[in-house]
Amino acid sequence: MDWSDFFSMGGYAFYVWGSYLVTLVAIGAEVIALVRRKKNLSRQLSRRVSSTGSDYR
Amino acid sequence: MNSQKTNLYRYASPAVFYPLAGKLIPWFAIPATILFIVGLYIGFFVAPTDFQQGEAYRIIFIHVPAAWMGMFLYVLMAFYAGIGWAFNARLSSMMASSIAITGAMFTFVSLATGAFWGKPTWGTWWVWDARMTSTLILLFLYIGFISLQAAIDDPKRADRAGAVLAIVGVINVPIIYYSVQWWNTLHQGATIRILGKPSIESRMLTAMLVMLAACWLYSIAVVLYRLRCIILEREQNAALVAEVSEAIA
Repeated sequence: MDWSDFFSMGGYAFYVWGSYLVTLVAIGAEVIALVRRKKNLSRQLSRRVSSTGSDYR
Repeated sequence: MNSQKTNLYRYASPAVFYPLAGKLIPWFAIPATILFIVGLYIGFFVAPTDFQQGEAYRIIFIHVPAAWMGMFLYVLMAFYAGIGWAFNARLSSMMASSIAITGAMFTFVSLATGAFWGKPTWGTWWVWDARMTSTLILLFLYIGFISLQAAIDDPKRADRAGAVLAIVGVINVPIIYYSVQWWNTLHQGATIRILGKPSIESRMLTAMLVMLAACWLYSIAVVLYRLRCIILEREQNAALVAEVSEAIA
């Protein structure tokens, strides 16, 4: 198969790849924001309850 | 019987649900990744070129699943918010807050990919057409729900206010769904009908359904992950943590 044909999407490359790029960015942003939120929380919490031996990890 | 019942109710407690959610996440996240890859493979390499739209139609494999997720997740969010409100079940309300962000993300994706699809096929990025306008309202409802909850400090009151907004907004979902029938619109009609044959080639349909399944699994994984964060944020006082260690030990 011809890859340059594939990437040109019959002349609709900008629209097709644009759509998938926007989707990738949106999903990526959600996941990254979530992992950060969890990391910050874990850091805060481990400071607060380091002596209690919590099950929240 | 009785002990079984208590066991089930145990999972309605945030403290007990927290570790369970943690164990469940990979069971959704990994299949989601696999199905995204399979769905895109079928969509780009197996499904044929459309006879009317050429390759531009391939936007459908993310556009339609994202639009469906935006609607499904809204109903689910309103359901959990309503249960949380009616039965004073705080885990249920936290679930609603967790769903809101993922629902907003998918609604945004459906609008953005719709614009990318509209430009080459209709010649415009946006029109104030019934379906697109009602979908934009859906995005605003999500944003309204999120900011309303963020604006109220007391979690109980935030949950209640959010629930009212979420439940009232449910009326918008059937409006989006039937908008293409009720109004004369630029947006095309439903591709998949509840009754009757879908008006789409079977390989295209397969790719779309695999992508939809991937979006569902992804949503469950991120919603559970966020739910864990919300539980931590709301219940991180030492008293509860001590109680949890006791309950689990």
